Amino acid sequence: MAQQPSADPPEMSGRDGAVPVALRINGKNHRLRIDPRTTLLDCLRETIALTGTKKGCDHGQCGACTVHVNGRRVNSCLRLALMHDGDEITTIEGLGTRGALHPMQAAFVEHDGYQCGYCTSGQIMSAVALLKEPCGPDDAAVKELMSGNICRCGAYPNIVAAIQQVRKASSHK
Amino acid sequence: MKTFEFIRPADSAAAVATAAQAKTAQQGADVRFLAGGTTLIGLMKLNVETPARVIDINRLPLDTIKAMPDGGLKIGATVRNSDLANHPVVKREYAVLSQALLSGASAQLRNMATTAGNLLQRTRCAYFRDTAMPCNKREPGSGCSAITGSNRTLAVLGTSEHCIATNPSDMCVALAALEATIHVQGPKGSRAIPIGEFHLLPGATPHRETVLEPGALITHLTLPPPVAGSKQVYLKLGERASYEVCPGLGGRGDLDSWRERRPGTGRARWRRHQTLAIPRGRRRAGRAARQSSEFPTGGGGGAARRKAAERERVQDRAREAVPRARPPNGGYCIGGSLPIQRSTTMPAKRILMLVGDLDTRVEL
Repeated sequence: MAQQPSADPPEMSGRDGAVPVALRINGKNHRLRIDPRTTLLDCLRETIALTGTKKGCDHGQCGACTVHVNGRRVNSCLRLALMHDGDEITTIEGLGTRGALHPMQAAFVEHDGYQCGYCTSGQIMSAVALLKEPCGPDDAAVKELMSGNICRCGAYPNIVAAIQQVRKASSHK
Repeated sequence: MKTFEFIRPADSAAAVATAAQAKTAQQGADVRFLAGGTTLIGLMKLNVETPARVIDINRLPLDTIKAMPDGGLKIGATVRNSDLANHPVVKREYAVLSQALLSGASAQLRNMATTAGNLLQRTRCAYFRDTAMPCNKREPGSGCSAITGSNRTLAVLGTSEHCIATNPSDMCVALAALEATIHVQGPKGSRAIPIGEFHLLPGATPHRETVLEPGALITHLTLPPPVAGSKQVYLKLGERASYEVCPGLGGRGDLDSWRERRPGTGRARWRRHQTLAIPRGRRRAGRAARQSSEFPTGGGGGAARRKAAERERVQDRAREAVPRARPPNGGYCIGGSLPIQRSTTMPAKRILMLVGDLDTRVEL
């Protein structure tokens, strides 16, 4: 639930049309005033300057904008930032650091799961969320659940290999 | 995107009261409920939808799935598609619904999209989404660009001379088969609408897609108790193995034969649906499909011929799919789609299969 219940809309709106919102991103709180039209994607990139999340199609078809909301993957281009008052949002910047990569990030590096890299943050966010979803053991199941992430360079075989390596490693734990 | 007032209502009654001030609940509504946003926000970006007020219903307590005393299931309006598809009771007793949901969109979108939103999903017709082009659904009276245009993913059945758009929902196909009831809270009270009466055929008013009036808030769906011993399969024919978003065609017929031949699995209620029954085997399937088909659109001659040819193609693909499915022991496949008397046009390139009395699950 919202940590801070929203006031009635007329009181929310300032003269510039901007409204307040409290977002919690990668464990950090951000109190912002934004145009209600702002998507979560644009808010992350333009307002908070977390540009790791990419804008591809901007219509929920390519998956480049994938982030986690309360641990589940969503297309941030189809979310209004205002919908996420109080939600726990995780972007690629919150997954690992240069010195301590998330196992999925390390696996993508090891398997060369990218070429140009534009879709990669979305692929990795999607793949990390997949680890907690119902998914069969074989490659076909992984491909099906990764079908919302497009890679124009065609790194798919290596992406699947990276994901399968992490899944196998985590199932041995 | 046109700017709007963002409203988070305290409860359902407040949401209904605000939305009841709208002029219409159909295309171009000045007040819109926002749930998953997967359709609405996309259309707002394209200026196809330009609501002045957007009511965020995501925090209303409409997100639970509960067993009902009669053995049926109650599904809240904002239950996410992924949660519904993976719910143990749905997977076990209403498998066709689980499979239909998982055959649509992507994992991300299913995490966002809701049950009520899926019922109101808008067509993927490219002309509807392009404000530079005439479209009777978007702008009544402006004409239909699709009938004589690029229409290969659009409907061949349940169309009119004004619109050949399809309803893109996989979930609705399964809900039709399961005979779901839609529960709506409105300014004048609550009402229950059978899924077969919820969507409207385009006729002369393609901008009207459902029976909903201003202020009507879908609160939940109910499913009747599962059919004991039934085995269900949702088969979707598409051009892509996954994330197929543009279904087009479908078939229709009636299911008297289904009920007579598979008395243990068919129910009287199936008869109300006009769906394409494909008995096992190519020849009989072909005859049934042809006999039950029709092409009501009044589009131009060339376009009509193209759509007729397309219908043939889809029927051929359906026939091919039947032996592929290999239902042993005399199982039957039922090609389906929205039920159909009053529904929005036929979804297609998808065939709902319900296979009764089988020892083995049908592999597709």
